[in-house]
Order: sequence, then C-alpha cells, then structure tokens
Amino acid sequence: MTIMKRLFLAVMFAMTPVAVAAAAPAAPVATATAAPVAAPADAAATAPADAATTATAAPAADAAAAPTFEYARPVDGVGQPVPGGWDFQPQVTETGRYAHWLNNVVLLPLMTIVSLIVLGLMLWIVARYRAKANPVPSKTTHNTMIEVIWTLVPVFILVGIAVPSIDLLAKQYAPPPADAVTVKVTGYQWYWGYEYPDHSVPEIISRMLPEEQAVARGEPYQLAVDNRMVVPVNRTVKLIVTGADVIHSWAMPAFWTKMDAVPGRLNEVTFKADQIGVYYGQCSELCGIDHGFMPIAVEVVSEADFARWVASRGGTMPGAAAPAAAPAAAGAAPAAPQAPAAAPTDTPAAPATAS
Amino acid sequence: MTDIAATAPADLHGHAHAHDDHDDKPGFFVRWFMSTNHKDIGTLYLLFAIVAGIIGGALSGMMRLELAEAGIQYLPGWASMLGGESTDTAGKHFWNVMITAHGLIMVFFMVMPAMIGGFGNWFVPLMIGAPDMAFPRMNNVSFWLTFVAFLLLVGSMFVPGGAGGLGAGTGWTVYAPLSTSGSTGPAVDMAIFSLHLAGAASILGAINFITTIFNMRAPGMTLHKMPLFVWSVLVTAFLLLLALPVLAAAITMLLADRNFGAAFFDAAGGGDPVLYQHLFWFFGHPEVYIMILPGFGIVSQIVATFSRKPVFGYLGMAYAMVAIGVVGFVVWAHHMFTVGMSVNLKMYFTAATMVIAVPTGIKIFSWLATMWGGSISFKTPMVWSLGFIFMFTVGGVTGVVLANGGVDQNLHDTYYVVAHFHYVLSLGAVFALFAGFYYWLPKMSGRMYSEFLGQLHFWVFFVGVNVMFFPQHFLGQQGMPRRYPDYTAAYEYWHNISSWGYAIMAVGMLFFFLNMAYTFLLGKQAGDNPWGEGATTLEWTLSSPPPFHQFNTLPKIS
Repeated sequence: MTIMKRLFLAVMFAMTPVAVAAAAPAAPVATATAAPVAAPADAAATAPADAATTATAAPAADAAAAPTFEYARPVDGVGQPVPGGWDFQPQVTETGRYAHWLNNVVLLPLMTIVSLIVLGLMLWIVARYRAKANPVPSKTTHNTMIEVIWTLVPVFILVGIAVPSIDLLAKQYAPPPADAVTVKVTGYQWYWGYEYPDHSVPEIISRMLPEEQAVARGEPYQLAVDNRMVVPVNRTVKLIVTGADVIHSWAMPAFWTKMDAVPGRLNEVTFKADQIGVYYGQCSELCGIDHGFMPIAVEVVSEADFARWVASRGGTMPGAAAPAAAPAAAGAAPAAPQAPAAAPTDTPAAPATAS
Repeated sequence: MTDIAATAPADLHGHAHAHDDHDDKPGFFVRWFMSTNHKDIGTLYLLFAIVAGIIGGALSGMMRLELAEAGIQYLPGWASMLGGESTDTAGKHFWNVMITAHGLIMVFFMVMPAMIGGFGNWFVPLMIGAPDMAFPRMNNVSFWLTFVAFLLLVGSMFVPGGAGGLGAGTGWTVYAPLSTSGSTGPAVDMAIFSLHLAGAASILGAINFITTIFNMRAPGMTLHKMPLFVWSVLVTAFLLLLALPVLAAAITMLLADRNFGAAFFDAAGGGDPVLYQHLFWFFGHPEVYIMILPGFGIVSQIVATFSRKPVFGYLGMAYAMVAIGVVGFVVWAHHMFTVGMSVNLKMYFTAATMVIAVPTGIKIFSWLATMWGGSISFKTPMVWSLGFIFMFTVGGVTGVVLANGGVDQNLHDTYYVVAHFHYVLSLGAVFALFAGFYYWLPKMSGRMYSEFLGQLHFWVFFVGVNVMFFPQHFLGQQGMPRRYPDYTAAYEYWHNISSWGYAIMAVGMLFFFLNMAYTFLLGKQAGDNPWGEGATTLEWTLSSPPPFHQFNTLPKIS
C-alpha cells in the first residue's frame, strides 16, 4: 500500500504543476495535521480539552440527582457508511425503504438496461458497420416509425417511473399525527442545536467529537458528536429545521431524510424510525470553513428510555407523563433545575457533556 | 444537409487559394489584441480555454490529492503558499476556495469559451457560408471581457475572503447568506464582478451569434439546411440571452446586500435566502444545457462525417435541441429539492425534469441510427464521439434518478450528484470538446495530429475519468456529502480509487499536450478535407487553414 501511495503521489505531482510546487511544504504538513483536524479551530481553545475532563466528571455528579441516560454504542454497518460499501445505508424508516426499493428495484435496473442497450447497439454497430465490413454506406436518413417509437417508449417508461415517484413524495409529505415528537433543529456555524418544545427540553448543543474521544467511545470520527438527538422508536418525529447564520442542511442517510436549515424559514420534515440504534448524518449544504465538521447523530430509543432521557435533560413528558412522573420527581425535584445549570446547553463555547 | 457538398461552387476552392496569397493580415499586436476576425478570435478563445482548463484541472488534481486519504494533509501548506496563513482554518477555507474556483473556471472559462467562443466563432460563419460574424468588433469585446473576468476570478483567490483566509469560499453557486453576511472581505465581490463581466461577454456573444445565423446565411442555406452544429449554437445563444440577465440580476442583488445594506436575501430585513436560489438556478439549469448543446452539435457533425452518412432524423435532432432548451427553463427547482418546498411544487419539478429525458433520448438514438448502415472509420474524433454518446447516456440515466424528488431527498448534495454532473460534463461536454478539437484541428492549423497519440489520449483519459467518477456514485449512495475536505474512514476506499483515476486521467492529458506539440512541430499538411466524402459541410470546401477572409463570393446552396 505504501508503494502504491508513493507511486500515486509521484504521478500526481508530475501531472499537476501546482502540486509540484507544493511538494516541499506538503511533506512536513502531512505529519503535523493529523491531530489539529480534530478540533474546529474557533472552538479548539476552549471546548474539547475541558469537555474531555468534564465528560467523566459530570455523569458521576448527575447520577445521584437526576435520572441517568447512557448513550448506546453504534453498530457497525448500521446508520453509518461501511468501507467499500456501494449501496445505500440500511433504511430504518418506511419511506426510506420505499425510496430504496424505488431506486434499487425500479430505477437502477432500468438505468442499467438503458445504458447496456445503448452500449450493446453501439458495439454491434461498430462491428457490423465499420468501413471494412460495410464499404458502401446506406443513404437512409428517415424512418418515421422508428422515430415515433423511440419518442413514445421513453415517455411510457417515464410515466411508469413517475407513478411510484409521485406516490413516494406524497408519503414523505404525509402530515404528522398528533402524537408526533417535535424537535426544533437549528444549524449554526458549525454545530447543531436540538430543542424539544413539547418536552420542555431546552436547546441541546451538538458538536463533533475530537478524534480521540470518538475512538474512546467506539464511534466513527467525524460522525460522532458529543450530544445526540434522541427520539423514540416507532413514533413520528417532526423536525422544525432552521438556520441561525447561513444555510445548513440536516441530513440522515439511514432515514432517507434531508432538509435545508434556512435562516428565516421554518422547514418541516418528518421521519418515523422503527429500529432502535445510533444513526449518523452530516451537514449537506456548504456553510463555511467547518462545513465538513458538523456531523449529526440520532439515537433511536425505546419509549421508556426516551422518557428517561427527557428527564435527564430536565424536561417532562407531555400529557399523561406529568402525573406519572410526580412521585419520582419528588426526590429529584431539587436536582432537576440543576441539570441545565450544570451543563449549560445553550452556550456554544462550552458544549454540554454526555451524561 | 445532404446537398451542401454538391452545391458549393466548384470554383470556390480554387478561389480561396488564390485569395490566400492576397491576404492582408494585420501586424501581430493588431491581429491578436484588436482582432475583428472570427477565426482569430476563435483561436484566442481556444487558447484561453486551454489555459483555464489547465488551471481548473490542476485545482481538481489538488483536491483529489487531498481526498486520496482520510485526514487533512496538504491544505494548510497550500493556503500558506498562496499567501495565506498556514493554519487549519486557513487550510479548510482554501478548500472551499478551490471548489469554488474549480467550478467557476470550468463552467465559465473552460467549457463555455471553448464551445461557443472557440468552435462557435470558428465554424458558425464557415458552416453557413458567411465571411465573418455580424458584429466583429463586439466579438472582440466579448473575448477581452471574458479575459478580464478570468483575471478577476483568479485574482480573487489572493485577496481576503473573510472566514480566516484568502479567496471566495462560497461554492460556484454563491448562495446567500454564506456569500453575503457569511463572507466578509473583497474576494467575493471580485468573484461576483468576474461573473458580471463573463455574463456580459456571453450576452454580447449570444446577440452576435443570433444575428449572424439569422441574417448571414449563404443564399439557399435555409434554417432547415443548416448543419446541426449551427443549430446547436443558435439554441445555445437563445439560452444565454434569456438566462444570463437573470444571473446578472441575482448577483447584483448579492452585491447590494453585501455592500449597500440591502436585504434581498436576508430574512432579518424581509428578504429570503431561497429567492437567490430560485434566481440562480433559473440561470443555472439552462446553463448546463448551454454547456452541453454545442457538444451535441459537434458530435452530430462528427458521427455523420465518419459514418459517411447524413445525420439520421435531421429535423428531429434540431427540434430535440429546441425542446431541450425550452423545457430546460422550467425545471430549475430540481436543484433545490431539499430547500423546503411544497409537495405539489416538488411533484411538478419531478415530472417536468423527467420530460427532458425524451428529447435527449431522441438524440442518443438518432446518433446510433446515423451510424447504422454507415461505413464507419474510427479516427480520433469519432472515438471521442462514441465515448461521448455512451458516457452521456450513463450521466443521463443517473439524472433521471435524481429527477425524482423523493429519491433525491437522500442523494441531494452527495457525491452521487458530483458523479452525475461530471459524467455529463467531464465525460460529456469535455469528450465533445476533444472530439471537436481533433475534428477541426487540421482545418484550423492546416496540420494533422498524430492519430496514435490521439487514440492513446482517448483510451487513457477514458479509463481515468471512469475510475475517477464511477466510484463517486457509491460514495453518494453511502451518504458522502459534497464539498468536504475530509471524511470519516469508511469513505477512504472509494476516495482513494477515485484519486487514482485522476492520476490516470492526467497521464492521458500528457498525451494530449504531446500531440499538440507533434502537430505544430511535425504534423503533416492536412489538405482541404482530410476526412473524405463524409465531411459535407462548407468549412471543408476551404483551404486548411482557411483564408484570412473567406467567402468573398458567397457560396450558393440549392
């Protein structure tokens, strides 16, 4: 592999004049930058170093007071890309599976067939009508019937595609049920904020984890975040997506979901994940320097775990959950207000730590 | 089409040669800096496009080098080399500057100048039997506006762009508010002004082509007898004329937002960032057809020439391009499927976008039918055209996938989109450019290129670009977003292969430059028509290179 890389570099440098000039400074840089990448430059001074120490301290402090919630470990190959993978990530929403089916069962075979027909015809023509095989060209320039056929057949194929395609759109836009969990998603330069207005969970700031912390937690670097969005399984989640500064885009490949976070607009998108697990996505609209370094992580949990997570964040379950939580809350009552204070979630410079 | 060869005046050829001796060429400075000759201006455009292509291609090489492995290896070093700081922040900003510059250079300063400015200027007058363009002086203005625009764009990479580095890091789409409140410093203003000038140049050029084609056709050259390349430039000119003013308006509003306290795209002042995207893509989608339609025309000429057969379904071919141009104006919002639009709007743009596949399919099948029954010789231009037809088909079918708003919800802004538009541009438009270049180089230079090097260039380039771009479909399906300087380890496998593809492609380009050196140093005399009886259009009735002023006696087409 090393030889391959060397060879590759040599070829690249030989071919690109600018790269040749870069060869000298590039070599020391290559060894030096592995670590700095981990920390977004503006936050590097304050956040990650502290986060590492408080991350271990905070759960201990909270454990006595508020209900605890431990983030789950991701499963390889689920909710994240796999090395050398070529298909879509496994879909965990109904609309995601539908779209995946539409692509893999309808569109991909059609595309392949069309491409192969064109290639096959071309190869046949190349063999049959090369000058040696066919010294005298025909003079045919028209054939109305065949022209009508190759106009109408694609029309029918496209109409055939349009039927499931339009149906998929309608399903993706189905209005959310009354019990949907609402999460307000705000894109910032360069992190995400998640607020649960119906659960009184104040905005949680979600930033990319530095490399060593991601590795320590068994998560993929550049996808792992400090605070995940946590949602209940088999419940429709309604995201209200907006941007605070420039346009970002909240994307979750395993849900087949993507919605731009536009300043001044409240975009709504829904998903209903039906498998518990950890799923990763990344910002999908160019938003400046750290566009590539503001990943998204969603943890889908059981209803009970979701309630515990909400409580750990100092929130309350809406409706029926309030009286049920009352006895339990008696002991925890003094602690509850402290939770947000201990981890000031809305201060960008000091991200809340996982607990 | 069929009868053009037979009807060119018999004495035209001899006359052209005789006239050649009396050519009254101006001195070097006047000829190349104050040119009013369509062929000289075409040559200037082609040289310009080659230089811009080298710069844009070098940028993509730097990007593929950086992406070859996970982690950021080179960016801070490159940023400091260009006068910035050697920090992580400056490096990441430089990444955004590179994606921006690569896109803008390839679109506005490589493909468009080569297709329209280069081949359009050279061959539209020759093919319709006109002595020159309708407005020769304006033609010159177009070129030098483009030249200055390019200087501005390259210059913008060396002035502060805000966000901790030099240059405009907004992406070629220049979306607000990243391009307004999100990017302080003069770099973005310079880039915007560059687009203004390039746009003005293109509008002037479009007016010139429309006037020339409508008014200066030789007697008997009706619209329905025009070579398809002329048709393609005519449709392209109309697209330019209608689309570019909208871009000009949009980026002028950006300037106002940036510098004069306006709030067209600022929600806090009552504006809307999405308005910019509508305006941009109302220009931007026709723009992709502006880049590919002349390629359609070039490929039509070449396929007919080397099959020794007239184009099959000529009228269908011509009006398919008109249809693509018209429908191309009503599909723009498929570039914005995730911006938060109503479901009805999304359904409309899904359906409208898929409609474009129909006229495009007509073109593909008509090229195949043109070859069917022909007597085909596989000279370099033909091989590039065959590559174009297949690769454009592959890029086209992934376009049908992306047209589905529901499917696009996952693929939007991923590498799948990058793969798609490089298949139709880098393997489509660029293949057509090379095809046209090899096809017309003997006519323009009077010398033959090396057939061996031309074939070698094609095959190495063909393998390289496919190795480079095909794996990007997989990256996109796996979720890899666009415009990332770094990625999580799982994406490394395909990124590494993709970068190898670039290296192979770059070796192919080495053969291209070798071939150019060969042609101009050792190339054999081409003769008037090196391609034989299949080459029926009027340019082949002239000497190679054509006389400085041609068609002083207009040819008659019966």
